[in-house]
Amino acid sequence: MNTFNYADVKVGDKLPALEIPITASLISCGALATRDFEPCHHDKSVAQGMGLTDVFMNILTSQALMARFVTDWSGPEAVMKGLKVKLGAPNVPGMTMTVSGEIAAKDDAENSVTVEVTGENNIWGMHMSGSVRIALP
Amino acid sequence: MTPEEKKAFEDELYTYVGKAIYSAPRKGYDDVNTAMIRQWSEVMGDKNPAYNDSEWAAKSQRGHTIAPPAMMYAWTQEGYKVASEGRPADGQVEMVQFFDRHGFSGSLGTNVDQEYFVEAKPGDSIFEESIIDSISEQKSTARGIGYFFETYAKFTNQDGVLIGTQRFRVFKFIPPVEAATAPAQDGALEVPTRAVSPRGQDNKWWWDACDEGKILIQRCQNCQTLRHPPRPMCGECQSTEWDSIESTLDGEVYSFVEMHHPKFPGYQYPLVVAVIDLAEGTRIIANVVGCEVKDIHIGMKIKGKVEQVDPKTMLPQFYPVAGSAA
Repeated sequence: MNTFNYADVKVGDKLPALEIPITASLISCGALATRDFEPCHHDKSVAQGMGLTDVFMNILTSQALMARFVTDWSGPEAVMKGLKVKLGAPNVPGMTMTVSGEIAAKDDAENSVTVEVTGENNIWGMHMSGSVRIALP
Repeated sequence: MTPEEKKAFEDELYTYVGKAIYSAPRKGYDDVNTAMIRQWSEVMGDKNPAYNDSEWAAKSQRGHTIAPPAMMYAWTQEGYKVASEGRPADGQVEMVQFFDRHGFSGSLGTNVDQEYFVEAKPGDSIFEESIIDSISEQKSTARGIGYFFETYAKFTNQDGVLIGTQRFRVFKFIPPVEAATAPAQDGALEVPTRAVSPRGQDNKWWWDACDEGKILIQRCQNCQTLRHPPRPMCGECQSTEWDSIESTLDGEVYSFVEMHHPKFPGYQYPLVVAVIDLAEGTRIIANVVGCEVKDIHIGMKIKGKVEQVDPKTMLPQFYPVAGSAA
């Protein structure tokens, strides 16, 4: 697996979009993999009591998918320096989230790029927006 | 809440600012380990060999596997107790219960900002020290009325090395009554539609006609001046007697914007919103569709059609007149 070199990328470069089907399995297993045992992420009756149709994705899974989206592109030698995420509409089963991103800035001192990332689901729109800062060789 | 009650509530609430969430740095129950990393990677679909492929990692720059940096906050989580018995008391739980007792029982994580300084590797112990860093003034949002609070956490390893920091923002709010009384049911996700048109005594007639495919323009019966949007009195002669004519929907673009962000559920993109000069002499705000956004220009001749834009909404949509675009 190759890793992009800092010199080879430029502001405005787009990352390959990633489509993620949102399933009850991804939501509940993602919550447990991040050790988030809040019932609304694995118990449908609790989520319905909150007015949602089903369990909804926890913030640490959204964050994980954002991180994965960027390292899928950068390659494994890249070193993550920071991650910011702002949550919008919930992800619930039956949706598809499309993650897209583009290089917004380069920092020569750190050899890092800031990738602005958005994840939109096909029903309610913006699920997450934010940025990942990652240092390249 | 009366103003006095609100003051008493806030006086107590803001005493939580600066409080430590744990009495001592909280150590993750398990050290960073390959089993939890593998589970996380599998679920997230993350095939990064830096996390799970020790053979690859041995030959990499790092020389060993690492934990996904985004797992930083997972290591110190409480675990299943949260579901089975409820979250054990700590500084944050105490504040959350204080919010809940005063009706601010809704809870929504809104932002997480993490900075990473050192990559954690299998065998590392992770310690978390957290404080309640700030609480906003009372805010009114689409979710309801409430307060944003932000926690600030520092993560260190067994050598006391700072591996990362985190700001986590949560909105605590009074949940809308309907959500509390009407739990959602199983069923297909309701596909959102456009914002519902407000229909009051002065404009219901206009929207009802739109539903039937007609765009009407209000006309003063006294001085014949046309006006739009609908209102009860003529701006020219102050007569409240009126009737209407039907627009031919011939027009031209007076001004327009393309809405990029935020994207609203239920709207189709690209979304061009234009102020349109109608041939009758009034203006209307509507979408321009049927061409590339880059081809739309001020003065472009357009022709409207009333269309069903979603299962619940009829609206005029304006198309370029042949030869007018580009």
